[in-house]
Amino acid sequence: MNWLSTVGEAFYNAWVPEKRYLAYLSGLRMTLLISFFAVLIGILIGVLIAVVRVSSRHSKSPVIKVLNQVARLYVTVIRGTPMIVQILIIYNLIFTSPSTNPVIVGAVCCGINSGAYVAEIIRAGIESIPIGQMEAGRSLGLSYHTTMSTIILPQAIRNILPALGNEFISLIKETSVISIIAVNDLTKMAGYVGSRTWDVIPPYVIAALFYLAMTLGLSKALGTVEKRMAKGQRK
Amino acid sequence: MSTLIETRNLKKAFGDHVVLNGISQHIEKGEKVVIIGPSGSGKSTFLRCLNLLEEPTSGDVIFEGKKINAPKVNIDAIRQRMGMVFQQFNLFPMKTVRQNITLAPVKLKKMTQDEADVKAEELLKRIGLPDKADAYPGELSGGQQQRIAIARALAMNPDMMLFDEPTSALDPEMVGEVLAIMKELAEDGMTMAVVTHEMGFAREVGSRVLFIDQGIVAEENTPDEFFGDPQNPRLKDFLSKVL
Ligand SMILES: Nc1ncnc2c1ncn2[C@@H]1O[C@H](COP(=O)(O)OP(=O)(O)O)[C@@H](O)[C@H]1O
Ligand SMILES: [Mg+2]
Repeated sequence: MNWLSTVGEAFYNAWVPEKRYLAYLSGLRMTLLISFFAVLIGILIGVLIAVVRVSSRHSKSPVIKVLNQVARLYVTVIRGTPMIVQILIIYNLIFTSPSTNPVIVGAVCCGINSGAYVAEIIRAGIESIPIGQMEAGRSLGLSYHTTMSTIILPQAIRNILPALGNEFISLIKETSVISIIAVNDLTKMAGYVGSRTWDVIPPYVIAALFYLAMTLGLSKALGTVEKRMAKGQRK
Repeated sequence: MSTLIETRNLKKAFGDHVVLNGISQHIEKGEKVVIIGPSGSGKSTFLRCLNLLEEPTSGDVIFEGKKINAPKVNIDAIRQRMGMVFQQFNLFPMKTVRQNITLAPVKLKKMTQDEADVKAEELLKRIGLPDKADAYPGELSGGQQQRIAIARALAMNPDMMLFDEPTSALDPEMVGEVLAIMKELAEDGMTMAVVTHEMGFAREVGSRVLFIDQGIVAEENTPDEFFGDPQNPRLKDFLSKVL
C-alpha cells in the first residue's frame, strides 16, 4: 500500500499547496472561453464557406466561382496541415503585439481551424440530401432559396448536428495545442504546476480529467438535444 | 386548339454527349402526348427541358408564345403552371401529406393555409386517400406516395402536367391505381406529357405518341397508327420487344 500513499501525496502536491487548484481553474476558464469563442468563429466561417461552396454548384456568377476557389483552398490548406503549425503561423503573422488578449488569440487560431471542418460538415450534410428534393421543390415553382431553406436544410440539419457536436468535442481537446503559444490554458497551467512540483504526471492527469469531464459533459448534452429533436420530428 | 408549349430545334448535350439533337414539337392545350423510347434515349432529358430542370444547349422552349429559356424570364412563375411527377416520387419526407400538398401554394401566396388545406382535402379525396392527410410519406406505399405526388403538383392548379415514368418505380400491383388517377386527369382535360413504358396507357389515353431515339423524334402519330402501323424500323424493333 506504500505506492498508494506515494501517488496520493503526489496528487496532493499537484493540487493543494500554494493553492495550485486555482491554477487549474484559471486554465480551465481560459480553455472554456477559448473553446466557446472558437466554436462561434468556427460556425461563422464554416457557414459562410459552406454557403459559397454549395451555391457555386448552381450559380453562374463569376464572383461566386472565385469565392468558391478561395473557399476550396482554405479548406484544403487547413485540413492538410497540422493545427500546431497553423497556430504558429497565425500567431506570429497577426498577433505580434505582446498585449494581445490571449482569449482572442486562442479563439481566432482555433476558430480558423474549426471553420474548415464545420464547412465540410455542413456541405456534406446538404449534399447528402437527394437531388430529387431540390428538383421537386423547383418544379413546383419554389425558388432555389425557398427550396433550400424549407425543404433541404431541415433534412440536412439532422445529418449536420451530430457531426457538428463531434467537431466541437474535438475542438475542446484541440485547444490544448495553443499552450505552445503564450496562452495560459488548462494544459499550459498543468505544465506550470508540474514545473513547480518537479513531478509533471499528476498535474497532466488532473488536466486530462478536466478535459474528460468537459467532453463527456458536452457529449451528453448534445445527446439530449438530438433525442429531443428526433422526438419532435418523425421519420 | 392553341399551342401551350413548343420546342424549336431543341438540343441538349452533357459535355460531348449529345442527348437531344434537334427536337421541334408543339403540345396543344388539352393534348396528351406520350413519349416512349429505349432507355437512355433522352426521354427524361426532353421532359426536363420543358420546365428547364435541364437547360437546353441550344434551341428554344416556348410557353404560351414566349421563349422561356432566356436570361430575364422568371422561370419559377412558369414552373408554377407546369406540374411535374417524378419516377422516385420525391415527396418531402419530413412533412406530412397535407404539408407536402399545401407547402407550395402557401409559400407562393397562391392560397392561404386554410384555402390550401381545403384544396388538399379535396385532392386527397379525389386520389382516394382522404384519411392520409396526417401521415408521413415514409408510412405509405409507393403507389400511395405517387398519388400524393400527383396531388401535390395539382395543388398549384397547373395548366400542364409532366410525368416522367411515374409507375416505373412501383410494384406491379400499384401501377393501376396511379394510371387510373392519370387517366381521370386526362379526361378532365389536363394537358399532359407522359414518359412511360405502359403501352396500354399510351394507346388508351394518348392523343399522340412520340418515339424518341438517337436524339430525335424518330416517329410520331396517333396511338392507332403508331402502334398499328409503325414505320421506323427501330420503332418496330422496340415495339416487338415491349408489346
Ligand atoms: N445530368 C446528366 N449528366 C450527364 N449525363 C446525363 C445527365 N442526365 C442524363 N444524362 C445522359 O443522357 C442520356 C439520356 O438520359 P435520359 O434523358 O435520362 O434517358 P431516358 O429518360 O430516355 O432513359 C443518358 O445517356 C444519360 O446517361
Ligand atoms: Mg428517364
